[in-house]
Amino acid sequence: MVDVQAILDGQRLALSRLLSAIENQTPEGQQALADLFPHTGRAHLIGVTGAPGTGKSSLVNQLALHYRKATDPKKVAVVAVDPSSPFTGGAVLGDRIRMTALSGDAGVFIRSMATRGSLGGLGRATAGMVQAFDAAGFEIILIETVGAGQSEVDIARLAHTTLVVEAPGLGDEIQAIKAGILEIADILVVNKSDRPGVESTERALRNMLQLAHPVARVFQHHGEPMAVAAPAQTEETALWIPPIQRTVAADGQGVPELLEHIAAHRAHLEATGELAQRERARLAAELDARLHEALLQRWQTGQQADAYEKTLDQVLARALSPQDAVRQLVNGKKG
Amino acid sequence: MAEEKIRVIVAKPGLDGHDRGAKVVARALRDAGMEVIYTGLRQTPEMIAEAALQEDAHVVGLSILSGAHMALVPRILELLKANGQENVRVFIGGIVPDEDVPRLKELGVTGVYGPGAPTDQIIRDIRAAVSGKAG
Ligand SMILES: Nc1nc2c(ncn2[C@@H]2O[C@H](COP(=O)(O)OP(=O)(O)OP(=O)(O)O)[C@@H](O)[C@H]2O)c(=O)[nH]1
Ligand SMILES: [Mg+2]
Repeated sequence: MVDVQAILDGQRLALSRLLSAIENQTPEGQQALADLFPHTGRAHLIGVTGAPGTGKSSLVNQLALHYRKATDPKKVAVVAVDPSSPFTGGAVLGDRIRMTALSGDAGVFIRSMATRGSLGGLGRATAGMVQAFDAAGFEIILIETVGAGQSEVDIARLAHTTLVVEAPGLGDEIQAIKAGILEIADILVVNKSDRPGVESTERALRNMLQLAHPVARVFQHHGEPMAVAAPAQTEETALWIPPIQRTVAADGQGVPELLEHIAAHRAHLEATGELAQRERARLAAELDARLHEALLQRWQTGQQADAYEKTLDQVLARALSPQDAVRQLVNGKKG
Repeated sequence: MAEEKIRVIVAKPGLDGHDRGAKVVARALRDAGMEVIYTGLRQTPEMIAEAALQEDAHVVGLSILSGAHMALVPRILELLKANGQENVRVFIGGIVPDEDVPRLKELGVTGVYGPGAPTDQIIRDIRAAVSGKAG
């Protein structure tokens, strides 16, 4: 049984065990999440994604350090996701190596997790683990994705603010941009800006951004330059144009500015009502998924064990269409 | 309900040299289906115990070549206990003189392995010590 009060009181071993229960999808873990739900919704969830080796873990380390040494220090949780081996189900989770500077601080809690077969850069239980941290009073939750370098929509759905980390000299800028990762970025980070090639990486990102977002432009009109202003922006309609921030995660350069961009993004989400919208969409998705599962389970209990298999055989033999099969299964009769 | 994986912290306490051996063991445990949290070089006993706590580890594997095991290991066991994790199994790999092994086991260490120990043996011993979990 999970001691919910111990979680709320900040007991770390109780929290750690709850995280395992959630990850293992035990009934106790699910019950604890339900009990803790009224205490959630306060944390700022920050996603950190980007291609392997761009410096995500190093950056998470720096972000956490800066939140801890602010004049109003925040409690920081880190969820760092690495891939499971598809062959053995095992994993080597190595993100902590970059975060040793955070050890010994009771205001920080770092948890590594493997994807356990889930695709899309997060584990199946990542959202639940984040909820547990939220209820336990962590104000900033940093979520490091696997970093497949592809469009990772899962993190954009879960996080309030998504950082996409690029680095010079990987030769994959264009590829990452093509894969649609820009669409999920609230803030673009050019890390390793102590390395050569930082200008060209930044230029590539800026060009892509200008294609994606309406900004002031100058056209040639009958040979005369004509300025066309960007669409008028009021606070409520303002578009968020992702800023580009250079950082050196190795020593913390650019990280104070990055924190300011994150705070500005949070303020933008609140001022425009987008925070409430996102929250609604996220909870709707969770509700849908659970409803789906519950209805499926209820339906299954009302079925003869082999009804599904028999119907599937008929579909396979082209004797029944999938559409008619579902009607038959749900209504218990033909067509 | 998903199966529970064996979670192992692999750490290299002390100030000495390299972590090649620790990495080989980490990969072998992964290939055996375990989840290995690799924490890297120069870990203090406090850092190792903290990692075990935050990761809800079942096993802590220590790579020690420096000869400092009699200083480091009792401290790590003490910290695990203070955190309420006396059930965590501790294994040591590296260079440990034979005469120290009984004392370490008395303190609560589950297994001690020299540099040539077959990883199969380590995997079997971990599984036996943490029965009831997959990986
Ligand atoms: N020169 C330089 N190196 C950096 C910087 N940030 C990180 N690194 C190095 O880049 C390597 C990868 O850093 P990580 O933080 O592990 O990168 P990651 O994106 O988390 O990697 P994965 O989790 O494996 O995808 C390490 O060797 C870091 O020391 C930086 O700003 N400048
Ligand atoms: Mg990383």
